[in-house]
Amino acid sequence: MSAGWNFYIVALTAINLIGLIWLLLATAAKPKNDKPATETMGHVWDGDIEELNNPLPRWWFVLFILTFIFGFAYLALYPGLGTFKGSLGWSSGAEVQAELDATNAKLETLFAGFRNQPLADLIDNPAATKVGRNVFANNCAACHGSDARGAIGYPNLVDGDWLYGGEPETVLASIMNGRHGLMPPMVATLPGNGVEEVANYALSLSGLAHDARLASVGKPKFEAICAACHGVDGKGNHALGAPNLTDDIWLHGNGNLAGIKNTITYGASGVMPAWGALISEDRARLAAAWILAQGKSSAESERDDAARSGGAR
Amino acid sequence: MQSVETYNDKVVRQFTMATIFWGVIGMLVGLVIAAQLAWPALNFDIAWLSYGRLRPLHTNAVIFAFGGSGLFATSYYVVQRTCHVRLFSDRLAAFTFWGWQAVIVAAVITLPLGLSQSHEYAELIWPIDLLITAVWVTYAVVFFMTIARRRIRHIYVANWFFGAYILTIAVLHIFNNLQIPVSWTESYPVYSGAVDAMVQWWYGHNAVGFFLTAGFLGIMYYYVPKQAQRPVYSYRLSVVHFWALISIYMWAGPHHLHYTALPDWAQSIGMVFSLILLAPSWGGMINGMMTLSGAWHKLRTDPILKFMIVSLSFYGMSTFEGPMMSIKTVNALSHYTDWTIGHVHAGALGWVAFITIGAIYSMLPRLYGAERMYSIKAIDAHFWIATIGIVLYITAMWIAGVMQGLMWRATNPDGTLTYTFIESVRQTYPYYVTRFVGGILFFSGMLIMAWNVRKTCQMGAGAPLVRVPVPAHA
Repeated sequence: MSAGWNFYIVALTAINLIGLIWLLLATAAKPKNDKPATETMGHVWDGDIEELNNPLPRWWFVLFILTFIFGFAYLALYPGLGTFKGSLGWSSGAEVQAELDATNAKLETLFAGFRNQPLADLIDNPAATKVGRNVFANNCAACHGSDARGAIGYPNLVDGDWLYGGEPETVLASIMNGRHGLMPPMVATLPGNGVEEVANYALSLSGLAHDARLASVGKPKFEAICAACHGVDGKGNHALGAPNLTDDIWLHGNGNLAGIKNTITYGASGVMPAWGALISEDRARLAAAWILAQGKSSAESERDDAARSGGAR
Repeated sequence: MQSVETYNDKVVRQFTMATIFWGVIGMLVGLVIAAQLAWPALNFDIAWLSYGRLRPLHTNAVIFAFGGSGLFATSYYVVQRTCHVRLFSDRLAAFTFWGWQAVIVAAVITLPLGLSQSHEYAELIWPIDLLITAVWVTYAVVFFMTIARRRIRHIYVANWFFGAYILTIAVLHIFNNLQIPVSWTESYPVYSGAVDAMVQWWYGHNAVGFFLTAGFLGIMYYYVPKQAQRPVYSYRLSVVHFWALISIYMWAGPHHLHYTALPDWAQSIGMVFSLILLAPSWGGMINGMMTLSGAWHKLRTDPILKFMIVSLSFYGMSTFEGPMMSIKTVNALSHYTDWTIGHVHAGALGWVAFITIGAIYSMLPRLYGAERMYSIKAIDAHFWIATIGIVLYITAMWIAGVMQGLMWRATNPDGTLTYTFIESVRQTYPYYVTRFVGGILFFSGMLIMAWNVRKTCQMGAGAPLVRVPVPAHA
């Protein structure tokens, strides 16, 4: 702040406050030839509107003065009058930093205990997954849902199907560095009825109801074009994040013909931000541990269900 | 022979009807968006009906269409009667009416289309801003030329407040809308970053201070003594609180930007001046309430006075709440929560709408040659239904706001937040429903008023020409 602006701010503030105190004191003082309170000021507007001149209520006057005293005291203690920093030396930035430092110092002891354990072990450590659940709820749940089961366009993280691979270190890398999945629009490369045909073939890969004739025409087109990313067998490619099309798990739609055609026609894009710099590796590891623990327990419960129902699935 | 001078009440009648019409429309839109917050599917997946577009339509309709038309009507009515002279220039006054209605209709069209400057309470795009400027400058000419031609030397206190509001809104509107147009519907502000935010809230808070406070204090200073048939309590109190109010309000804007990129010194100044604002605000409340001293018994029989006295109570309450919320540590809890929404509506429904409704009930029979409103019982019903509506609304939002603030700041020992955002939304659901019920009640009151006004107009002798009386020189 330049000296000119500093002077401008301090002067305006002081003139306004001191001017009002003067007005308040001057008005509160009883004028020498004051009229009694029951007598009007002597003006009449619109036939019957008049004014009395009662003194300022004492409590109101005191309240006003107290707020002025508070104001001056505050401006003496805290930054406010231009470049004057206030006698306490307080600043909002320093306050935040102090709170952050105190919190981080406390958390350091908590995180240090997990740091020397391999991620694969943290999955079975309830103390770690408890913190991981909270980290996930704060940062990841907005897209992936608080149960990590995802939404359209946002992967389900507990179904055992991984776009980029489900090894603990790979999951951690996805969190730390982010991912960008891209399916290009294919309508130009699939002229005529190509989109319809390939979509029916994709349905057939997951064993869903489809038009067998269209699917058979779509198969060679899939193998020529789509297989580059999704593989000849349609089982996807972790290196590219290309989804497996044979498991009836659908990222960008509900696995119906219209949804699949839409994705083939217009393409799809998904971005996972890089969280490393935002939440630190300590928290990312704990979040990954919780996610993997969730996947494990949901796989186990499915196995139990399958066992109970006589292995029907 | 010199022709007899009469008041220009035509423009007052026009603005009065516009006030009621836009009040019903604006509050209906408010009801719709309140319902959408409880039941989001009510936007029917239609962009024009989405919350983000209807919310500015609601705020513009109730502040500038309902409140603005009410201020035009009452200021034109009051300035003529307290200056004992006809309004300056019928044609310019007519231009302010049709111009202002054109602004509102343009807002009703552009806001649902998603055309916006994205500055709160200054959403309207630049061509509409230019029309507002033209109307407002004309308003100032009409008002101040009428004052200049007054037949009574002393300018009545109501006119000080109307004058301050007209001048300040002109300055605020122009400086907050300095934008560089890039097409007929788009423009970029000349300010950027924290400066833009500061100018915006200098505008935003003074829109509250001058449009929604000083202007309505002008209404209070005429209609309360008129309806109570009592002299104003204290002239010197009005002098002190007028100058204190208008000078201190100017500084209060930064309290909307606590704990942001705004420099600490500006935040402190905003907080200190907001606190000092308590006494000047209460000065107006005291002067209005004490005007009724010696006439308290009238409250038993006159529901119009009930509207006025309750509006002053809500004014006092929300101008106590405001300074408290401007304290940084309180603001750390209240900011971004529904507490703010509750605070605003205590002022908007309790103070602004109630004093406007009281003034209309008081002045309407005179404007249409009726002895009194068609149904006094309907006024009483309106009063009670609307009051219960406000209480439901603001208590629901207080509880919701404090709950949200506490949930958002709760942390676990591992440094994470205890609650996700969606959990606070789920917990707010019953309060959103309660608020919607309060809104229905307040809106029902407006419908009763519209019916009562219609009946009164039918009962009256038409549009009387009122002669300007010779001022009494005491």
